[in-house]
Amino acid sequence: MDTAAGGRPAVMRRRMINVYPTRGVALFLAALPFLLLLLAYLAGSAARLADNPDDKLLPSFASIGAGFARMAFEADPRTGDVLLWVDTAASLARLLAGLAIATVMAGVFGIAIGLVPYVRTTFNGFVAVIAMIPPLAILPILFIIFGLGETSKVALIVIGVAPVVMRDMILRVDEMPRELMVKAQTLGASTWQIALRVVVPQMMPRLIDSVRLSLCSAWLFLIAAEAIASQSGLGYRIFLLRRYLAMDTILPYVAWITLLAFALDFALRRLQRKAFPWFAGRA
Amino acid sequence: MTAVSVKNVWKEYDGRIVLEQVSLEVEPHSFIALVGPSGCGKSTFLRMLLSAEMPTKGDILVEGERLPGEPTADRGVVFQRYSVFPHLTVLENVVLGKEFAASPFLGKLFGKAKKQAREEAAEILTAVGLGDFLNLYPSQLSGGMQQRLAIAQALIKRPKILLLDEPFGALDPGIRAEIHVLMLKLWRETKMTVFMVTHDLSEAFHLGTRVIAFDRPRNRPEERERYGATITHDLAVWPPKYPVSDTHIASGGTTRLLDELEALPGRPGVGH
Ligand SMILES: Nc1ncnc2c1ncn2[C@@H]1O[C@H](COP(=O)(O)OP(=O)(O)OP(=O)(O)O)[C@@H](O)[C@H]1O
Ligand SMILES: [Mg+2]
Repeated sequence: MDTAAGGRPAVMRRRMINVYPTRGVALFLAALPFLLLLLAYLAGSAARLADNPDDKLLPSFASIGAGFARMAFEADPRTGDVLLWVDTAASLARLLAGLAIATVMAGVFGIAIGLVPYVRTTFNGFVAVIAMIPPLAILPILFIIFGLGETSKVALIVIGVAPVVMRDMILRVDEMPRELMVKAQTLGASTWQIALRVVVPQMMPRLIDSVRLSLCSAWLFLIAAEAIASQSGLGYRIFLLRRYLAMDTILPYVAWITLLAFALDFALRRLQRKAFPWFAGRA
Repeated sequence: MTAVSVKNVWKEYDGRIVLEQVSLEVEPHSFIALVGPSGCGKSTFLRMLLSAEMPTKGDILVEGERLPGEPTADRGVVFQRYSVFPHLTVLENVVLGKEFAASPFLGKLFGKAKKQAREEAAEILTAVGLGDFLNLYPSQLSGGMQQRLAIAQALIKRPKILLLDEPFGALDPGIRAEIHVLMLKLWRETKMTVFMVTHDLSEAFHLGTRVIAFDRPRNRPEERERYGATITHDLAVWPPKYPVSDTHIASGGTTRLLDELEALPGRPGVGH
């Protein structure tokens, strides 16, 4: 991160790829795109509201704040629930259940396919084809089979996420240096022992990376399923609010979803660093 | 004390001949140094001795028996790279061999057995000069330290044959000299048969009881596909390093290995 040792004048002569901002500048630059977006919104909103005080498209920050407060702190008159938290709990439960099942399946099958030639020849082609089915295209089938309850939503996330992560795992197992496999055998390891002590531990941090990358599609499938058939959940709520053009509540909901997604990603990254210190430090 | 005989071995990759007509009789407890230009098939030859690769033609016999079709614990190896497991600490890397043997289902030892295995591993690691680095990960070690770790890891299985692929290439001359002393000592004590690939002729003659050179007798561009490398020189090193006195064998060989290592002059590691 540091700039040249003591050399301010040298900055001009160095290549772009070697020039790093100082801490303060870095912070400012990182915040800049957010600030610009915010400013653009404020300007647009102010202009529209000046035109028409009843404009719903770009509500002022005050009405967004009020909308958020209504959802987050006031009980809904009809159900008596505080909607934001009920929705968040419902959505997170589905998302985490789907992700957990998908991760375990992808880890187990991906490693088995990557490691054992017989399993690979049996399932590699199958997985490659299954992974190409657009998950949303089979959502109706899931609704028919599992009904409109929780199962079909969790199943959609699993079907959407697992094949991608699984294929990534197969590639990552392939990527392991052959020397390590040979080495483990010269230490007397059986296939099972190699899987348990060599491959699985090396794949865990990579599995976390892979899941992090698929978080985005997991949210996509969750919200799609909730939008189509649900009585609760963040996706259900924003699609419901759309009918009333309630941008003042949709916008904070979207921001809240983004925040949740970001927090999940961040937590996974921390977990990876904590649990697999060797992974971060590798050459 | 393991004799190896290589009988007219050929190796092709996709119709391209890499090695041809390789025949070699190796006496028990030899230290074979393999030299030759880059790309002539030395690593390929080691991989075949390891059963990580099969000869296209010919046979390799160990004590008169054909090699098994996959790597086994009686043939240890140190590769030039990727020899140690990045997710295990120095100590865990060496204990692993013990755990595989003792715990078929979990591949992990617990309690007293674990403590014992760790002590044995720590002893070997101290012998190769890594006694102070037991809890580091390989990525925190220098190249030379990683190679010494790989040697310790292979030795804990007490292999009958040890295969080394340019093991000391990355070491500075000082450490290299120390490892040479260590290597000869280990070779004498464990009575392994060692095959070592090296690009350093003086190292080959210093360590080997026999130096084998691979080369391509026909190396014009149009010949390269059709003719492989073979053994072009086979030199016994003089004076012979006859390794162990009978009294020493009687007094119980390998178990005394570590005591001897303790007394090694210039041993790196301890006191750093
Ligand atoms: N898996 C493989 N597939 C195809 N060709 C291979 C394979 N492994 C090795 N070769 C070829 O075999 C030849 C010998 O390779 P090898 O690695 O044994 O050489 P080497 O003598 O160990 O060289 P160096 O001294 O550079 O390590 C090379 O021409 C290489 O291209
Ligand atoms: Mg080589």
